[in-house]
Amino acid sequence: MKCDIILAGVGGQGILSIAATIGLAAVERGLFLKQSEVHGMSQRGGDVQSHLRISDSEIHSDLIPHGGADMIISVEPMEALRYLPWLAPEGWVITNSVPYVNIPDYPDMAELKAALEDNGNTVVLDADSIARDLGSPRSGNMVILGAASSFIPMPFEILEHAVQQLFNRKGEVVVDLNIQALRAGREAAGRE
Amino acid sequence: MQKLLLLGDEAIAQAALDAGMSGMYAYPGTPSTEIMEYIQASPRAAAEGVRREWSSNEKTAMEAALGMSYAGKRAMVAMKHVGLNVAADAFINSAVTGVNGGLVVVAADDPSMHSSQNEQDSRFYGRFAMVPVLEPRNQQEAYDMIFDAFDLSEKYKLPVLIRITTRLAHSRAAIERRDARTQNSSSLPSDPRQFVLLPAIARKQYRALTGLYEKLRTDSVLSGYNRFAKSDSRKTGIITCGIAYNYLLENLEQHHDDFPVLSLAAYPVNSDAVAELVESCGRVLVLEEGYPLIEEQLRGLLDRDVKVAGRLDGTVPRDGELNPAIVAAAMGMKKDSGKEVPAVVRQRLPSFCKGCGHADVFSALAEVMKGYGPGRVFSDIGCYTLGALPPFNMVNSCVDMGASVTMAVGAADAGLFPAVAFIGDSTFTHSGMTGLLDAVIKDSPITVIISDNSTTGMTGGQQSQATGRIESICLGLGVNPDHLRMIIPLRKNHEENMAVISEELNHHGLSVIIAMRECIQTASRNKKAAAAKKSQTA
Repeated sequence: MKCDIILAGVGGQGILSIAATIGLAAVERGLFLKQSEVHGMSQRGGDVQSHLRISDSEIHSDLIPHGGADMIISVEPMEALRYLPWLAPEGWVITNSVPYVNIPDYPDMAELKAALEDNGNTVVLDADSIARDLGSPRSGNMVILGAASSFIPMPFEILEHAVQQLFNRKGEVVVDLNIQALRAGREAAGRE
Repeated sequence: MQKLLLLGDEAIAQAALDAGMSGMYAYPGTPSTEIMEYIQASPRAAAEGVRREWSSNEKTAMEAALGMSYAGKRAMVAMKHVGLNVAADAFINSAVTGVNGGLVVVAADDPSMHSSQNEQDSRFYGRFAMVPVLEPRNQQEAYDMIFDAFDLSEKYKLPVLIRITTRLAHSRAAIERRDARTQNSSSLPSDPRQFVLLPAIARKQYRALTGLYEKLRTDSVLSGYNRFAKSDSRKTGIITCGIAYNYLLENLEQHHDDFPVLSLAAYPVNSDAVAELVESCGRVLVLEEGYPLIEEQLRGLLDRDVKVAGRLDGTVPRDGELNPAIVAAAMGMKKDSGKEVPAVVRQRLPSFCKGCGHADVFSALAEVMKGYGPGRVFSDIGCYTLGALPPFNMVNSCVDMGASVTMAVGAADAGLFPAVAFIGDSTFTHSGMTGLLDAVIKDSPITVIISDNSTTGMTGGQQSQATGRIESICLGLGVNPDHLRMIIPLRKNHEENMAVISEELNHHGLSVIIAMRECIQTASRNKKAAAAKKSQTA
């Protein structure tokens, strides 16, 4: 088993929490893991990505080869498209539909939607609304992870447990909200 | 022992603690910052009294580490690659003095310049100083190498350089720990003149160093890290350095036996293995994450040997970091790439955070500078360099730490008036103070704006040595109190701030304007931490 994931978003949107959750789950399963992050200048509102690789055998490169990713998980729709050169032909894109507009020439939403539809294997959902409805507006990233969970070759309970571990120090309420967000995302993606 | 999931930087930090380090010295710089942050956050480091405060710059860090080594304890110093330029005087000479307690220097290079001004390769510094260099291939090896680095340092009485690059520094993997060692007890050098580099002593020690460097080529620990996997195939032999090996393995998959591979991770290199590979193969491909160091040595000055392929003949791009695709192309392997990036995707450059104080300073400065024309703002290294991008487009230089002040001095000497230097608080205490003294002494007609956000912002909000001290530092250096002005960069003070900037720009002598407002990122973090503390005690 190997699963190569590109995580995408804008600096400050919380893609590293998604990475940390999958990472904890992978460790619990006794899998090999490599996870490359972006620190420094790009974190100031620039595009950020993380290469996350899990496997049952040793992983060599910290970077996913071009055309090799099993999926792109993105918390922002334009950022999902930026990493298509890394996606395998049969790979999936799971992305939030809510744009993060911090540049003057952000593309027209209809064009963006068309480009996402063009890609084929794509799941688009409004993670912000789902998180807001749960009363946890900051849990959009966990909604997206939930939506991607059926593509990740690990039992869903393992991911739930990882969310619990990750948010444990913030208290029971935060843990519950994030697990609810994870479940809601999985349901919204409708791929049990 | 349970495995730990650590960044390459964190693996190095954990290893240093486990290897009995007594003190860590550093100035923040991407991609090296997390080494010190990990040690500062470590409860064990606190319990065992490991010294771990930030230094004013990389040179003071290097010297403090050398001082700790002098007193017999193990010390580590970490910096980004360009930080080694700042520390170079102390670093090069530390090879001539030698060490007492083990001394490990970590340089984190940033090929492709993700957060840097150049992509210099620190392995050259290792050769220049004539010290052992270790270049880990992965996070586990980074952990293990720190133990060997301290041992080698104490065995040969030399500092040891660990060279990593961004992808290893900022990538996480599971680390298996070793049993922890205790710290050294204090001891003075056996020769009281070892650290006294008077010419007569330095000449003797330098000569010994040149001999020792050649001996290092046959050291079994160093040679042990350079692995040769033979193959019956003789067409193309491959030499990799550091993490380039991972990109090779990623591509080899089932073709392991098709290529003899010499994987290097320690320098200076023993030439025996290199000779065996070169002599047995029709062609040698060199894959280096960084400059073509080994490739240049193989080619030699005359470069008549057509057998070598690498960065210098275009087989591998001359600049930039490696990745699996570049290595596949260099090996002539065809790999499926994914789709093109759709045209709808726009560039998203980094920008000031909403509500950033630097942005308010630039707003006021931009409006005042309209009257003077472009090309007059010398800036420095930090978040505020983003003033070079829209909407401000007004920064005209970003060269090295502190260069804003001194370039403005030089430009003013050439007749540019008014000339502005724009520098942050942490960069000011790193390398701006000495330049300001130059400006004070000749009352240079420049306006220095110190944009003080009371933190080291770009690297994630580390403590700034300047906090609460800038005004007194400026006065102490001799800045005229009449032209030392304080402003608070807020929208509501815009008109008032413009007036101050305008007055000082028109002053034909040195002015310093301190614009002080805490970084909004740090402020919100501090607020959260304070709230959490309050709820705990409540």
